[in-house]
Amino acid sequence: MVTAMTLSEPVSQPIASSRKTLSSKPISRESVIGWLFVLPALIMYAIFVLFPLLQSVRYSFFRWNGIGEMRWVGLDNYATILDDPNLLGTIYNALILVIFFSVIPVTLGLIVASIIHRIAPGKLGAVARTVLFLPQVIPLVAAGIIWGWLLALTGLINQLLDAVGLGAITRAWLGDFDWALPAVGFIGVWVLLGFCTVLLWTGMTKLDPALFESARIDGADWRTEFTRITVPLLRQEIGVCLTVTIIAALAAFDIVYVTTAGGPGNATAVPGIQIYILAFTQQRIGLASALSVMLMTLVLLIILPIQFFNRDTSK
Amino acid sequence: MLNKHKFVLLIAVIMLLPMVSLMPVVAAQDAAPDCGTEPVVLNAYFETGFDIPFRLAEEFTRQYPNVTWDIKQDQFTNLINSTPRLLSGDNPPDLIRLPTMVSFAMQGLLMDLDGYAEAFGWNDWPVPQLDQNRVAEDGTRGSGTLFAMGLNYSLTGVFYNKELAAQIGMTEPPATLAEFEALLAAAKEADLLPIMQWGSARSGMGLAFPLQALMASVGPVGPINDWIYQKPDATIVSESNIEAAEHLLRWIEAGYFPSDINAIEYTDANGRFAQGEGVFIFNGDWQNAVYNAEMPGNIGFFLMPPAEEGGAPAAMSAPLTFGIAANAVNADCAAFFFNWVASNETAREIGVLVGGSNPGGPSGLEMPAVEEGSVTNETLAAGVVVGEAGTSMDFIANATSAIFAQGWTPELQKMVGGRQDAAGLLEAVQAEYERQLEE
Repeated sequence: MVTAMTLSEPVSQPIASSRKTLSSKPISRESVIGWLFVLPALIMYAIFVLFPLLQSVRYSFFRWNGIGEMRWVGLDNYATILDDPNLLGTIYNALILVIFFSVIPVTLGLIVASIIHRIAPGKLGAVARTVLFLPQVIPLVAAGIIWGWLLALTGLINQLLDAVGLGAITRAWLGDFDWALPAVGFIGVWVLLGFCTVLLWTGMTKLDPALFESARIDGADWRTEFTRITVPLLRQEIGVCLTVTIIAALAAFDIVYVTTAGGPGNATAVPGIQIYILAFTQQRIGLASALSVMLMTLVLLIILPIQFFNRDTSK
Repeated sequence: MLNKHKFVLLIAVIMLLPMVSLMPVVAAQDAAPDCGTEPVVLNAYFETGFDIPFRLAEEFTRQYPNVTWDIKQDQFTNLINSTPRLLSGDNPPDLIRLPTMVSFAMQGLLMDLDGYAEAFGWNDWPVPQLDQNRVAEDGTRGSGTLFAMGLNYSLTGVFYNKELAAQIGMTEPPATLAEFEALLAAAKEADLLPIMQWGSARSGMGLAFPLQALMASVGPVGPINDWIYQKPDATIVSESNIEAAEHLLRWIEAGYFPSDINAIEYTDANGRFAQGEGVFIFNGDWQNAVYNAEMPGNIGFFLMPPAEEGGAPAAMSAPLTFGIAANAVNADCAAFFFNWVASNETAREIGVLVGGSNPGGPSGLEMPAVEEGSVTNETLAAGVVVGEAGTSMDFIANATSAIFAQGWTPELQKMVGGRQDAAGLLEAVQAEYERQLEE
């Protein structure tokens, strides 16, 4: 039998040849077994991800309160979002958060990881990595509550500012129209810096030390090493960091909800908060779904190019 | 063989059978429903942080041991979001704290309580108690079918720190708005914070309390209630309401509120007030028990004074509203609980001592005794004044389910941040109100 012959072929046969044999047969036993292994996960994925996703897209074309009858409204929900400055403003706020959740942690993470890699490979480096990574193991809701206290008018941040003579700039950071969004963003930096640092540092440890050595022999300083060797070779890791942090920024909910709930006014309202309010407080499921679909599209529009430029072309 | 008489008798018996089988039902309808003697588990959703329903549930089980409770609790803001799904779900609650009710009533999710009102004689209670929980067919509140009951009837006004008030020369509560504003100015002059208030989006903007108090001080309460009850063409943008909002704006600009108000949570505001920050705070009598415990002998209460001397003071007074899901399994027992809460002596005591508010119920029932010196005495007395004057209002935040979160809170926060004026505030809220009613 062909299948038996295929299975009985020596394991040492080149992979490319094996693939060719398999692909030439529409249904081989191996592929059936492979699919069976994947099936449980695929079923779960279909039930809990694909089905709700398609349902959300469907709901976005209806006016529906979640209980009564659904009324087809076509693209009206999307038009409402584009017309309403409060709803559109949430997307603008999310893009501002990208700077704090993504650009700053990745940039700082690269610098910090590079310093740890170069000058503190021993215990000091391990301590630094642990300290920086700690925010990752604290639930975001708890982090939000703690930062709410720290950033209050009488909180530690203002006390420190007072102590160094900057009392004039103290304020209730999370209640200030101009500073609430950067304050929330700062919490994001605190949470995500450790993640980026550890991921990038792991990438650096895999780089061939000979590259750095020969660069140093050629007289390269730290900056040249960083820009000419470290960053280009860490393209993959940087891509992963950017992908994860940008999604965290655009889909932000917990930190914002716990610290400001979108206030003051709508200064920190982000799509996640607005979707929650539309769906559960206002019972406007259609509009909430439309905003979700727009948010997902925005995430894909930003993430897919990053993935494209970071694809492994070495093969 | 059947003879003619026997045949007629048989036919008569057959004809009568269905009627006989209906008799117990008819008899049951005549008697007021109760919890029976079989074990009953009441499926309830209560609001976290408010002890009164929990204490009432405990006492109810003590008196009726066949009734036990399956109580789930959540924050008020979370309840607002989950109520429609809880009511329409597979295990609908027998009793649930209702943040708002019109949309749920219109969607057929709440049980019509008119039958129970008839059976228990609730319709004979003083009128305002039930009116706030009635919804007409066109969706306006204040009349129509009864869809909810209050566990007690809260009252809002101005609490004050007696020591600090004495410092600014306040010997008795102000009789007019001008006198009150003079006291606020005196507090500011004395380097005291005139008014402590909360204002974070998470807690909901507490400036809605002084704003509504000002509305009722400078204008009539009728149009405010019309707006809350969603009467046709009702508007919040009136001359007197703009005047009230202008007063509030002047208070903000004069620094009468804490500078970090947009970031202050409800619990923090009360904690700071109890520690002596703020001469006054606008709040409701549900906070009495905490104030009595944390500021014994140092807490006073007065109703927001009218603008005109000799005018009647008005107040926001709303029931602690609970409803029964349309498909609730133990609706009779839940309705019996409502009746018990208002009429049982121990339950009424819990309503006053734990809840801090008037327990309502039939007129003529004695008000439970309150400890001498407790601020609850002052709020209960104020409730009588408002009741006699007929100047009670529901809360402007309860007009629609989302008007507080999407209208009052962000717009008042903008006013604090210098980004909204008096007329703009009311116009923005009115636009949001109309948009929500359109939905």
